[in-house]
Amino acid sequence: MSETEPSRGQEKHERDPASPGRASPTSPERGTRRSRGLGEGDEGTRTYGFDTRAIHAGQRPDPYTGARAVPIFQTTSYVFEDPASAAAYFNLQEYGNTYSRIMNPTTAVFEERVASLEGGAGAVAFASGLAAQAAALFTMLTPGDHVVASSALYGGTVTQLKHLARKLSLELTFVDPDDLGAWRGALRANTKLLYGETIGNPGGNVLDIAAVAEIAHGHGAPLMVDSTFATPYLCRPIEHGADIVVHSATKFIGGHGTSIGGVVVEAGTFDWSNGRFPVVAEPSPAYHGLAFHETFGMYGYLMKLRAESLRDLGAALSPFNAFLFLLGLETLPLRMARHVENALGVARFLEAHPAVASVRYPGLASSPYRDLVARYLPRGAGSIFVFDLGGGRAAGERFIEALGLWSHLANVGDAKSLVIHPASTTHRQLSDEELAAASVGPGSIRLSVGLETLEDLLDDLARGLAAAQEVTS
Amino acid sequence: MTGEPRPVVAAGADPREADARRREAGVDAGHVDARYQDPRVIRATLRSARTVAVVGLSPDPLRPSNFIGFYLQRHGYRIVPVNPREQEILGEASYPSLGAIPFPVDVVDVFRRPEAVPEIARDAVAIGAKTLWLQFGVVSPEGARIAEAGGLAVVMDRCMKIEHARHLGRMHWLGFNTGVITARRRRTLD
Repeated sequence: MSETEPSRGQEKHERDPASPGRASPTSPERGTRRSRGLGEGDEGTRTYGFDTRAIHAGQRPDPYTGARAVPIFQTTSYVFEDPASAAAYFNLQEYGNTYSRIMNPTTAVFEERVASLEGGAGAVAFASGLAAQAAALFTMLTPGDHVVASSALYGGTVTQLKHLARKLSLELTFVDPDDLGAWRGALRANTKLLYGETIGNPGGNVLDIAAVAEIAHGHGAPLMVDSTFATPYLCRPIEHGADIVVHSATKFIGGHGTSIGGVVVEAGTFDWSNGRFPVVAEPSPAYHGLAFHETFGMYGYLMKLRAESLRDLGAALSPFNAFLFLLGLETLPLRMARHVENALGVARFLEAHPAVASVRYPGLASSPYRDLVARYLPRGAGSIFVFDLGGGRAAGERFIEALGLWSHLANVGDAKSLVIHPASTTHRQLSDEELAAASVGPGSIRLSVGLETLEDLLDDLARGLAAAQEVTS
Repeated sequence: MTGEPRPVVAAGADPREADARRREAGVDAGHVDARYQDPRVIRATLRSARTVAVVGLSPDPLRPSNFIGFYLQRHGYRIVPVNPREQEILGEASYPSLGAIPFPVDVVDVFRRPEAVPEIARDAVAIGAKTLWLQFGVVSPEGARIAEAGGLAVVMDRCMKIEHARHLGRMHWLGFNTGVITARRRRTLD
């Protein structure tokens, strides 16, 4: 980038005082024009409700066309007004669009909307949830750093962490997320991050976010939480002390199984200048000596995540996918309420069925996570959970074969009800010890309860359970 | 550009610095009186102001104060550097004090330590400025009282660049949470 990077806008101005990008110091013209940006209403003074923000946050009706829907800016690049403006954008002295690998106006609406719903300072979207996670780590970690992570994470995350640790010389410790002493005991001098899931995939462990955040902060490290299974409708980890929240937007945020995407939200309150994160705080050789945290304050980590990590790793979200995620977010509150209602109905049905050995839905009164659910997930514990068939592996396969309405596939968080056998699919790369640590048994079935008529879902499950019982009897 | 770490020389946008300054001032983070962060006052100031005296403006293009001065210039404000150590910053003559500026000033934007603020506030009143704007971490209840008694509007612990970008600019283009919810169509294209 350095060879083609425009010179600093300020120097450009000095060489080219007639540049139209520079307002005449004595002319109020530009200020007058810009001063009429927003209307005279209450914008910025009222704290709007979650449902309102799910529909409006991030979007300002398009000034050019008046389009009410969010326009899909399907463009790679943006015409600069003049060289000085281009320089200011590349220098990050001005907020401007340069290239859709780094920013896009449709994607930006999605980013701001998620940030608003999570209560963060901002967000950066990525082409997938795993890309979002990788970039969040890439931004803050350097070789030799140590990460403490929950052992009950999504299998893809476990694999990613172990792979990254080997490739990038990171140290990695997995701990039982339910054991606060284990989190504390795993801390080392070089521990730079604690990482867990709001609701573990697929074991349903509910993270004591405030307690783990306190352990992290006592060590000068941030807490990052994957909150995919909760969505900001059910839990907002930042309100409980988490510093970074990541989502696979592919799931409930999109909600309709159409698009792969991810997003990183940062609270904006972690002290990246505490001496432990020179990679964030000190002048960046990858950005002409800019000190991101000092220059952009609470927005420093996010600016670095975008201007360096997204720029360099390149896993940008397609604007079309951002558009679909925005449609999803508009109905997130309605969908999540129904997902939770159906999930509780399914969990209760399974708990009472003789072919079922156990149901690990944290929303059940019998769940060991009942108190944590009451604290962190008062509106419901999501709609993804595992139950165990008494018959083990063969019964599990027979169960899935007999289903006619539940879709057998490797995804969750769709309007349609989904089912999978983790030990042979999503968690296939894990050893037996890792499976056990992730609370997955050979007969475990993971459900993602959709929005269909509950009685129809139960009818289909009854058929599957009857088939499973034939195997065991 | 070098990769050498540089010392912190002015109050900027660094939250750690900001928190330390809040502690010095006996003010907890997030407990600045809400009237000093009222979006209506902020928007009215940003809309009406033409001339902004930046007290503590650095000539270093990588310093937060310089970033902000550069940004405000781009958006049509006349920047008046107040820095006794410099002759000229961002193409504008630098003055040793507010009192030395020979023309009217609308906003006094402060990048100095909180204990310097009361004197700056008295100067701002004396030159007839309309708003005293204290950047992130520049928290001075006494300075605010002096300015208010002199008829000035006060904005405290807020960055003028970020607030401009939030309300009138393009901060929303980079996925930041502006807090702005509106169904109104902008009358301009920018």
